[in-house]
Amino acid sequence: MAVLHSAPKFASNEGVIDAISETISVWLIEAFEAHGEIIFRVQRDAIARVLEILRDDHAYQQLMEIAGADYPSRPERFEVVYMLQSLTKNHRVMVKCAASEDTPVPTVTTLWPNAGWLEREVFDMFGVTFAGNPDLRRILTDYGFEGHPFRKDFPMTGYTELRYSEEEKRVVYEPVVLAQEMRTFDFLSPWEGADYVLPGDEKSRGAPTVAEPKTTEKSGDTGAGKAADKAAAKSVSPAAPVTKDNGKPTPGAPDATSKEGGR
Amino acid sequence: MSMQREESLTTTGEVITNYTINFGPQHPAAHGVLRMVMELDGEVIERIDPHIGLLHRGTEKLIEQKTYLQALPYFDRLDYCSPLCMEHSYVLAIEKLLNLEVPLRAQYLRVLFAELTRICNHMLNMGAHILDVGAFTPNLWIMDLREDCLNFFERASGARMHSAWFRPGGVHQDVPEKLLVDIGDWLDNRFFQLFEDAMSLVMDNRIFKQRNVDIAIVSREDAIAWGFSGPMIRAAGIPWDLRKSQPYDVYDRMEFDIPVGTNSDCYDRFMVRVKEVYESAKIIRQCLRDMPTGPIASTDTKVVPPKRGEMKQSMEALIHHFKLYTEGFHVPAGEVYVATESPKGEFGVYLVSDGTNKPYRCKIRPTAFSHLQAMDFMSKGHMLPDATAILGAIDVVFGECDR
Repeated sequence: MAVLHSAPKFASNEGVIDAISETISVWLIEAFEAHGEIIFRVQRDAIARVLEILRDDHAYQQLMEIAGADYPSRPERFEVVYMLQSLTKNHRVMVKCAASEDTPVPTVTTLWPNAGWLEREVFDMFGVTFAGNPDLRRILTDYGFEGHPFRKDFPMTGYTELRYSEEEKRVVYEPVVLAQEMRTFDFLSPWEGADYVLPGDEKSRGAPTVAEPKTTEKSGDTGAGKAADKAAAKSVSPAAPVTKDNGKPTPGAPDATSKEGGR
Repeated sequence: MSMQREESLTTTGEVITNYTINFGPQHPAAHGVLRMVMELDGEVIERIDPHIGLLHRGTEKLIEQKTYLQALPYFDRLDYCSPLCMEHSYVLAIEKLLNLEVPLRAQYLRVLFAELTRICNHMLNMGAHILDVGAFTPNLWIMDLREDCLNFFERASGARMHSAWFRPGGVHQDVPEKLLVDIGDWLDNRFFQLFEDAMSLVMDNRIFKQRNVDIAIVSREDAIAWGFSGPMIRAAGIPWDLRKSQPYDVYDRMEFDIPVGTNSDCYDRFMVRVKEVYESAKIIRQCLRDMPTGPIASTDTKVVPPKRGEMKQSMEALIHHFKLYTEGFHVPAGEVYVATESPKGEFGVYLVSDGTNKPYRCKIRPTAFSHLQAMDFMSKGHMLPDATAILGAIDVVFGECDR
């Protein structure tokens, strides 16, 4: 496919997959190129070894980023993606491995000192642990925070909120109370038969969901409170107000428009 | 700053005393909300443990809940000193996934405003850096120039800071001709006079040099290993600039130089930024000279919403408008990592799409992460007041660091 976009252009990807695959073939699960990015999927236990080979033999000197991602449907739900950059070859590759909560990923702090914080962030946000990281504390979330917020099953609103309490003269933590329900705007083409009910459209289909339908035995039993019952118990509605005849003729209706046409 | 005195007895009976100082979280020289737990031996820094995340807003999580277009304004709020450069990475990432062609005028406009943003950012950073090491006047002078830049942004987008002006496929609106004329005029007649005036106060100033020269020297090897980018790696003498080595938009048509440092200290980092301002001005002049006329956004109607006037005439345009502002556009499944040269260094976006109208995952690579992490080893053995100079030379903004 011809490249039309104007995103950063680095050195050609040609032959890179073959050259690298050859040296890491033992641990390689998959290597592919998509959207102009070269991605290697490798075994988790060998990630440090693979990255070391990439750094030392293939001149990918810089570790720019470690990104976590959560795919809850997979058996090992997390993915840890390492972005490498070569200053000498002017090229970038991505290396990734899968992990779950209880399978630690070998640390790469031994290879790059800046991996420390990057791994801390993945741990903080997803709960992926890194074996060998000497300082795996939380980094971005609050002191004493519980949970891993970037997991897909972590609600966007979170569980606790904090405010300054005037009575206690300090910041207090409380469970989240939402003034209105969190609204998710899913505009994924509702007019093409979406598999969910549009907001406000809940009653459009099926029988009413009330367990016991309301019935009234007598006319004075409206089911709408005492005041309504009292009003309903009156057999006759009050009469219309009496109109006094003041002797003046009531104004007649205007003449019909003549057939010949108006004015 | 709060202080705590730790005393410990050694076997020989002498008392070793280290101070643990809490720098921040609210400190004018911390450039935002940074808390650094410093261990000092007298006035010499032994260890620094930066605590970040005080401005963590969960931007990446929020982006997952929004359509691609709705997520764009979040990027302005990352590095709020250079908002357009943040948008740049994001729109390029989307365009890379869509393989979307951007018209030439839009590319020129983006480069022009990205460079104006760079000047704007450097004005703030250099002013703050100078202020941190004790000089007051230059900051006031160059803040005036920053204000000029912000006025230009306002005239282009309607907003001084949070422009949300770059869009997938181009830019939101064309700029008036007079704005381009005024930018050129500003560069020719105003900017450099004032900038050089301000810089003449500090560049050869004895106190400024005493506070910056030979502070936090980082070797080339360390700069590479710690993942440095931007002025931090260039000050170490490595001519690495993504605008040059991995050009995006029309940077490959621009002629400019990459200033590098020789000593890799705080002074060099400052001077690299000073020189970059001149290079940015060069790029802006070339943009103004070469900018063609034409559309300012892709003509792909499935991504770029139609013009208002068109909507009133054409049913199809009306439908596109409605679809794009409710459902948004769908991006083909895949993942890309797109990094651009933001004024602070490499700013990357790792975008994972599952083929729907919302990003599945959007990881933002902040520039400050690797730089701030090196704070510990850079300040080891320096004096306490040097910490502010080092921090100023890193150019850290917490909107971006904490996300």
